[in-house]
Amino acid sequence: MSETAIRVQRLGKHYRIGERRQYGALRDTVTNTVSTSFRRVAALLQGAAPPAMPPPSNSFWALRDVSFDVPHGGLVGIIGRNGAGKSTLLKILSRITEPTEGRVEIRGRIGSLLEVGTGFHPELTGRENTFLNGAILGMKRAEIVRKFDEIVAFAALESFIDTTVKHYSTGMYMRLAFAVAAHLDPDILVIDEVLAVGDAGFQKKCLRKMEDVAKQGRTILFVSHQMNQIRRLCDTCLWLDGGRLRQQGPTAEVTSAYEAGPGVDGPRPGDDERTAARFTEWQLVQPGTGNTNILDTMATVTLRLFLKVNRPIRYAHHGIALFGAERQLMWATATDGIHLDVGVHQLTYVLPTLPIRPGNYTWQVSLYEDGQLIDLWDCSPDLIVATIPRTHPRDAWAGCLNIPYEFESELVPVEAAVVAAGPA
Amino acid sequence: MQPTASIADMPLLVLEPSKGFVRPNLGDVWEYRELLYFLIWRDIKVRYKQTAMGAAWAVIQPVMTMLVFSVFFGHFAKMPSDGVPYPVFALAALLPWQLFAYALSESSNSLIASQNLITKVYFPRLIIPIAAVLAGLVDFAIAFGVLLLMMGYYQVMPTAAIFLLPLFVGFAIASALAVGLWLSSLNVKYRDVRYTIPFLTQLWMFATPVAYPSSIVPEQWRAILGLNPMAGVVEGFRWALLGQVRPSLPLLSVSVVAVSVLLIGGLVYFRKTEATFADLV
Repeated sequence: MSETAIRVQRLGKHYRIGERRQYGALRDTVTNTVSTSFRRVAALLQGAAPPAMPPPSNSFWALRDVSFDVPHGGLVGIIGRNGAGKSTLLKILSRITEPTEGRVEIRGRIGSLLEVGTGFHPELTGRENTFLNGAILGMKRAEIVRKFDEIVAFAALESFIDTTVKHYSTGMYMRLAFAVAAHLDPDILVIDEVLAVGDAGFQKKCLRKMEDVAKQGRTILFVSHQMNQIRRLCDTCLWLDGGRLRQQGPTAEVTSAYEAGPGVDGPRPGDDERTAARFTEWQLVQPGTGNTNILDTMATVTLRLFLKVNRPIRYAHHGIALFGAERQLMWATATDGIHLDVGVHQLTYVLPTLPIRPGNYTWQVSLYEDGQLIDLWDCSPDLIVATIPRTHPRDAWAGCLNIPYEFESELVPVEAAVVAAGPA
Repeated sequence: MQPTASIADMPLLVLEPSKGFVRPNLGDVWEYRELLYFLIWRDIKVRYKQTAMGAAWAVIQPVMTMLVFSVFFGHFAKMPSDGVPYPVFALAALLPWQLFAYALSESSNSLIASQNLITKVYFPRLIIPIAAVLAGLVDFAIAFGVLLLMMGYYQVMPTAAIFLLPLFVGFAIASALAVGLWLSSLNVKYRDVRYTIPFLTQLWMFATPVAYPSSIVPEQWRAILGLNPMAGVVEGFRWALLGQVRPSLPLLSVSVVAVSVLLIGGLVYFRKTEATFADLV
C-alpha cells in the first residue's frame, strides 16, 4: 500500500490517574518540590547519593504499542469497550492531545468530529452559530458562505435560522449541529460516536450522508458502539482492548470476534448497607455448561439474581428488562406484591428459550417499594451464543431475534399448481 | 463526484511527542486567523447580548473610577497632574489601564472557559488568549470616545504625538498578552491562579502611575518603575494624547525590554504546556 492516509506506529499515551480530573493545587507542587529538593540537598551534604525522584504513583497507559495503517479512501471502524483507548486514539489523531510515544503520519487535511455542536453558544442565532461552529471545525468563511443554504436545508431549519439557539429544542439543536459537521470536507474525517444522537429518522439521514462522504473517496475513521453502523459503513475494523490493538481486519471478522468476547458478569462490585435492599449478583445458569456466559439460546436458560435485603420490605415491585446493544428494549416484565425479609434472596427466572443474536446485552433489574426506587442495576455481560445464527447474512437485515426456523422449497406437481393458482 | 487530489500532493502531518525546545507556532495562528476573528466576534457579541446595559459598561467603569479618583486624589489629596485637569489626567491613564486589566483577566481565564473547545477540537491554542485580549479593544474604543469628549470639555488639545497612540495601545495589548500567556497556562494546571488575578490587578494598579504622575517618583527610581511595563504604557499614552510631559526614556526602554522578555517567555512556556492542556483542563 503506497497510498497510506494514516500511518500509526507504536503509538502510546500515558496518563497519571486523576490527571484528567484533578488539577493540582499550587501549594502541593510547591511543598513537594521544596521538600524533595531539601531531602536531595541534605543527602548530598551527607555524602550520600541523592535519592531518586519518586516514580509517579498511579499511572496507566491509555494506549500502548498501537500500530496500523489506513489506506487512502479507507473506511475504518474502531470498536472496543469503554476505556479501551478509542477516544484517546481519536484525540491523538485529531491533535487534541500529544502522544507519549510513537509516531503518526497523516497525509491530507484532517477534520475531526468528536462532538457535534462544539462551541455552539446559546445566546447566538442559528446563523451565527453555523459560522462560529464551522470556523471551529476548520472551515473557511468563504466555504461556510457557499454551503450555508445547503446546511440549513439539511437541518430543515429554514424558518428558525435567525432564532437564538437557546430557544431551539434538543432535536433542532442537534440537527443544526450535525448539519454543519456533515458539510465539513477534509481528506480524512475522524468521527466519534456522534451518530448516537437524535431520533432514528435523523440518525438514518446522517448515516446516509456519511455513506455519501465515503463514496467521494475520503478516508474515514469511525468509532461506534453500534455494531450495525460499523458493519454498514466500514470495510475494516480495529478492535482496541485495554489500550492495545487486539485485532484488525475485515469488519465482519473483527466485529463477530468482538461480540463473542468474554464479558463481565457475576458479583456486583461495592456494597451499601444503608439501602433497604441491593442486587448483588447476576447469574445465567444452563444445565450442561459450566460457563455462565455461554448460552444455547434454544435450550432452557435460567437467570438467577441475588438480592440482599437489609430491612423487611412489603409489597415490593420488581422489574427486569433486557436491552439490546443500542439500548432498544427487547423484553421486560415485572412482578408486584413481593414480600422480602432480611437476608439474601435468590430470584430465579426460567426462560424456555431466549432467541437472541450474539452481542452486548444489558439486563436491567429494579426494585421498588411504594413507588420509591430502592435499587436499579444495569448488568451488561456478553453472551456467547452457542447456537447457529439463523439470521440474514447481511447485517442490515439480521434483525434482533434469532428465531429457529425450517424452510423448504419444492416443486408442486402441475395439476396441483393450477388448482392453487385458481382458474386462469 | 470530484476526483480527489493525488495523495502525494497532500500535506504531510507528523504527530510525535514533543521533546526539548519547541518553537512557538505563530504561523499556525495566522493560518487560523478566521477562527481568531470568529472567537473575538463571539466574545463581543455575547457580552453585549447578555448584559442588560451592554456597551454602557464600557463607559461606566472608567468614568466612575475617574470620578472617585478626581474627588479623592485630585481634589482632597491635591495630587499633581502634570498641568492637565486631573479628571482628564486620570481618565487618560485609566483607559489603557482598564484595557490591560480586562485583557489580562479575560486571557488568564480564557483557556479554562474554553475547555469544551480544547478537549474536542484542534486549533492553535494560542488563539484563545489572543482572542480574549483583543476583544477588550471594543470597550476601549467606546471609552476612548468619552475621553475625547472630556478633552473637548476641558479644552485639552492633542499634539502631534497623538500619532504614536496606536503604538502605546499595542504596547498595552502586548503587556496583557505577555502576562496572560503565563497566567492562562498556569491556570490550567493550578486553579489557584484564578483567585490571584483580581488581587494581582489591584496591586498592579497602585504600582502604575494611573492616579499619580510618575514625576512624583524620585528620579533614580524611575527606571525601576519601568520594570512594570504598564508604567511605560500609561506614561506614553498620556504623553501621546495630552502632550504634556515626555515619558522618561530609561523608564520606557526598561518597559519595552520587560514586555519583550515576558512575551517571548510566555510564548515559549505556552507552547511547551499547550500539549497537555486537553489532558488537564
